[in-house]
Amino acid sequence: MTVAVFFGCTFIAFGPAVALFVFTIARDPLRVIFLIAGAFFWLVSLLLSSLVWFITVQISNKNSATQQTGLLIFGVVLSVLLQEAFRYGYYRLLKKANEGLLALSQEDTMPISIRQLAYVSGLGFGFMSGAFSVVNILSDSLGPGTVGIHGDSQHYFISSAFMTLAIILLHMFWGVVFFESCERQRWWGLGAVVISHLVVSCVSFVNPHYQGSLIPTYIILSVMAAWAYLCAGGSLRNLKLCLTCKDKDFLLANHRPR
Amino acid sequence: MLKGLMFLCVLCSSVEQKIYVVLNETVPCVRLLNATHQIGCQSSISGDTGVLHVLETESDLDWILSSGPHPPYMVIMETAFFNRSVMMRMKNSSRVAGVAVIISKTGLADNFSPHTTCPNQNTGVYSESYGSDLANCNGTVWNPLGNGLSYEDFSFPVFALKDENQTQVLRKCYEDHNQRVNGSAPQYPLCAMQLFSHMHAVTDTVTCMRRTDLQNRFSINPEVLCDPLSDFNVWTSTRPLNNSAKGHAADESVVIAATRLDGRSFFWEQAPAAEGTVSGIVTLLATIQALYPVTQEAPPPRNIFFSFFQGEAFDYIGSSKMVYDMEKNDFVIDMNNVHSMLEIGQVGLRSGQRLWMHSDPVSRQNKSVDTEVSEEEGKLSLFSHALSRSQPLPPSSFQRFLRARRIPGLVLADHNTSFTNRYYESMYDDAENLNVTYPPGLTPDEQLVYETDAAKSLAEVATLVARSLYLQAGGEEKNLNNITADPKIVAQLLYGFLVQKNNSWFRSLLPPEVTKKGVNSILSPGPPQFYIGLGPRVHGPAHSVTRFVQYILANLTGTVTNLTESQCQNPSELSTENKDVNQTIPQCIVTSLFNILI
Repeated sequence: MTVAVFFGCTFIAFGPAVALFVFTIARDPLRVIFLIAGAFFWLVSLLLSSLVWFITVQISNKNSATQQTGLLIFGVVLSVLLQEAFRYGYYRLLKKANEGLLALSQEDTMPISIRQLAYVSGLGFGFMSGAFSVVNILSDSLGPGTVGIHGDSQHYFISSAFMTLAIILLHMFWGVVFFESCERQRWWGLGAVVISHLVVSCVSFVNPHYQGSLIPTYIILSVMAAWAYLCAGGSLRNLKLCLTCKDKDFLLANHRPR
Repeated sequence: MLKGLMFLCVLCSSVEQKIYVVLNETVPCVRLLNATHQIGCQSSISGDTGVLHVLETESDLDWILSSGPHPPYMVIMETAFFNRSVMMRMKNSSRVAGVAVIISKTGLADNFSPHTTCPNQNTGVYSESYGSDLANCNGTVWNPLGNGLSYEDFSFPVFALKDENQTQVLRKCYEDHNQRVNGSAPQYPLCAMQLFSHMHAVTDTVTCMRRTDLQNRFSINPEVLCDPLSDFNVWTSTRPLNNSAKGHAADESVVIAATRLDGRSFFWEQAPAAEGTVSGIVTLLATIQALYPVTQEAPPPRNIFFSFFQGEAFDYIGSSKMVYDMEKNDFVIDMNNVHSMLEIGQVGLRSGQRLWMHSDPVSRQNKSVDTEVSEEEGKLSLFSHALSRSQPLPPSSFQRFLRARRIPGLVLADHNTSFTNRYYESMYDDAENLNVTYPPGLTPDEQLVYETDAAKSLAEVATLVARSLYLQAGGEEKNLNNITADPKIVAQLLYGFLVQKNNSWFRSLLPPEVTKKGVNSILSPGPPQFYIGLGPRVHGPAHSVTRFVQYILANLTGTVTNLTESQCQNPSELSTENKDVNQTIPQCIVTSLFNILI
């Protein structure tokens, strides 16, 4: 039964993200490289925030429960802010790298647009964040037992998997919106991304009332999805044409000469 | 999900703590091999998991074996159900993943012996060629209450739950999640348990040794698949024997006084062995204490050789080794030096002050042996009764000596035909079984010196044995009144061996380097366990019981010398020197006391 839980939760958490990777990123080596670099940036931000948290825990009073909870909230907020800071740092790095790439390449156009970079880096952040969220939980789900012997809710594994799915997709959408806001100098967009990230992270303190944390997260996910779609140049008309396969521009543009 | 582990899980993640509860105070049943068979219990390599069910009534047994919808089950067995019929039904069922037995005195039947009805029947002296009508307990069944569970081969793990608080945790988990409501089956999620006791050894010793050999030869990191049961015998004598001279000792005629040092039960390293072993050890030690001063003042013509054999529960490991060494001239004496033998069997539960002397009818068919034995009986006849000539010997070390040479000898016991011990070789053969109980309100030091009735009874037996040994060795009757066993020493020995080994007297006997060892010190709380154990490679120099007997003997038979501490540590030419520390001044004692690796 528990191997089933392990595979089920893995596929729930990583399924859509891996599908996106396979269909849109895997063929282009440049995109893969930027995805992995994005993942690495997220990892460094996690390293810094965990260093700060570790030090503060060591110097704190370990017996006081309120202090520990306060420290946890502080840790979460700090981590969110650091992640967004590193996203901004990655944006600056990519801008500089793009200029360099243009100088090196033999064609006149940029090999990869900033919008594609936004999508790829967001997904990279998402993969690494999802891995760190859920891999420990998955390894515990492999044993013969499930959560609940001390009265905790049994839905721990599956709600963790759904939460991770939401986080991965959210990182991707945040990446798109963030880079677009930076390009257009729309600072309120940046602020919205940071605030929605903080809201999603802090709402997880409501657990184990999983409805309380998952529902707001998915609402924010759909809002961000729509916003990212609009940022990427989509509109309702495009959507209708795409779904009924009548968009000639799209078909022509994607018709590659052999 | 409850885990019964053989080792502690120290750094669990917090998610694991929400899933598993680790049980610490558990004792497994392990696999044992001999040349042809395997016995004991085994789990699969990643543990066996099953849904918990508490076995309290017959309907529970039906639920587990046939009607329950969530097999395999992990059975929490109440004490009353731990018997042969239930365990064999579990063994034959595929719906049982493992058993955890609650060890308690409530609900215990009035007898329980997991040993066989005829202990050591294939390695004693009676066989097709020697007393064939007495072999295989045809003459007398020694342990009729035995159910043979210790010698069955179970393919699932069996653990013993000794801690009442932990058992309560299990029961609560069962009641919260697994109980049937109005006859309908409980729904998932259910409380379950996982037991780990994987054994690498299989089939028999030959296979295991061959595989270990292959590992040692071809593997970079050889894994030991099985360990031999090994430990030390302890022996001493009233006149010093030169340990470096092996083979026949010139002009030595020796009377051997022997007893066993070990016991066993169904579970690993649990063997309180009160009536089965401690009664013999305490009696022989008290005999030595009574006899030693007189043998130094008025030495009898023959030497008296005291021997404590280890491993007798497992086909006479200790005594067969000594006989083997004697026959190969690899021991200080050989069979020609042995005049006669007196063995002390189970002597703790005398009813009406009677002891029985068992002798071997087959060797008594020889006239000279018969006369010798009758003489020996005569010396013991003050308290004891001789037995009919047709009854065989009970299981005893003397049988191994008889296999080599028909020497005259007797085995002293408190039982006539079958054992009076109703808990032979089980976990319930403890102080209560030997009627060693202390009135409430005594401090440990007061309990140490309190003389129970059992202590007085064993002191009487020891006095009898000492006097008859002295006579048997050719000593004069006028010295007999000086030979008395001290009931206070017997009381201290009984307290140390049955109730608490970490007491002030034992601490004063052991040298500081032995007592200082921390968590795994041999002076851990509680009574000592008499299981033979795995010997020097795994357990350190010697098992705790062997050590205690060695140092007690040193205290009773040694003489204080004036050597300093460093001089004491270096062995001298003639005899080993044992350092004895009393509470105020460390002393160095010279004894003629030896350990023989078996």
